[in-house]
Amino acid sequence: MEALSIDGTAKTPSVKFDGQEGVIEIKGRSIPENSIEFYKPLVEWLEKYSGSPMDLTQVNVQLEYFNTSSSKCILDVFKKLEAIHKGKSEVIINWHYEEDDEDMLEAGEDYESIIRVPFKMIEIVE
Amino acid sequence: MSFDINEYYSRLNGGDVLMAFKGSISSELISNVLEVVESRMDEYRESSKIRKKVYNVLVESLQNLYHHIEVLPEEMQKEFDDKFGILVVSRQDARYKISTGNFIGQDKVDVLRNKIDKINSMSRDELKDMYKFILNHQRLSEKGGGGLGLVDIARKTGNELDYTFEKFDDAYYFFNLDVFIDLA
Repeated sequence: MEALSIDGTAKTPSVKFDGQEGVIEIKGRSIPENSIEFYKPLVEWLEKYSGSPMDLTQVNVQLEYFNTSSSKCILDVFKKLEAIHKGKSEVIINWHYEEDDEDMLEAGEDYESIIRVPFKMIEIVE
Repeated sequence: MSFDINEYYSRLNGGDVLMAFKGSISSELISNVLEVVESRMDEYRESSKIRKKVYNVLVESLQNLYHHIEVLPEEMQKEFDDKFGILVVSRQDARYKISTGNFIGQDKVDVLRNKIDKINSMSRDELKDMYKFILNHQRLSEKGGGGLGLVDIARKTGNELDYTFEKFDDAYYFFNLDVFIDLA
């Protein structure tokens, strides 16, 4: 299936979803006033991908900032991944946070406690 | 005598002001404010931890305004911009202060007051549970608001939300919210 690639802006993250490699990346800032519009194609892509996912899907989330409007849409993305993980294929979410950014680590732990997919917390050391 | 917005606005401009704005809260305005405050914090050489906290809380404060601002009756629009709000970001006494102000319909005052009082009475763990509950169970509004902003601000700052409601006329109050981020 076709890859999904979106360039980052001051308020929205860069996105690279590669179905052939089974690698999904969301990076940068996610602080739009209304996040539904931005995340809609991501959720739709995952919906299609869940029809024939790779044996292992690696998810890399590396956000500098995200607002509460995005937090719900990110949960929707994770729920799609949870459905894939419930099937025969494996999903791992690599949650990156910068050194000293306890808020971002805690945000990852919040998701980890809601979503039944293995999380790996990865500290970025400068 | 009704509440004097200009007097209130000038009273907010104490300490070291990084940004002060009074007018229409648009998406573009939010982008500009974020850019200015970010570069001002660079000048202060704040640690990345403080910069991130202030930035995050500022985003939520501004977007709370953006999502909840009332459409004012025509009569008031002669005096105030459409989507009228106030924002002052200042740095004083070893902390950042983010003040926001907006009109609120008289019928909504009690609901908001109760919500803030409840948040202020909660422990860190209770706020975490509340955040996760709302995140997992409440849908986003059409405009993209999620009802999480104030809970998120309280969690990230670890401080109580200071607020006042000043009576403007029979139909409207002016809601002021002060949020503090400690430097250490």
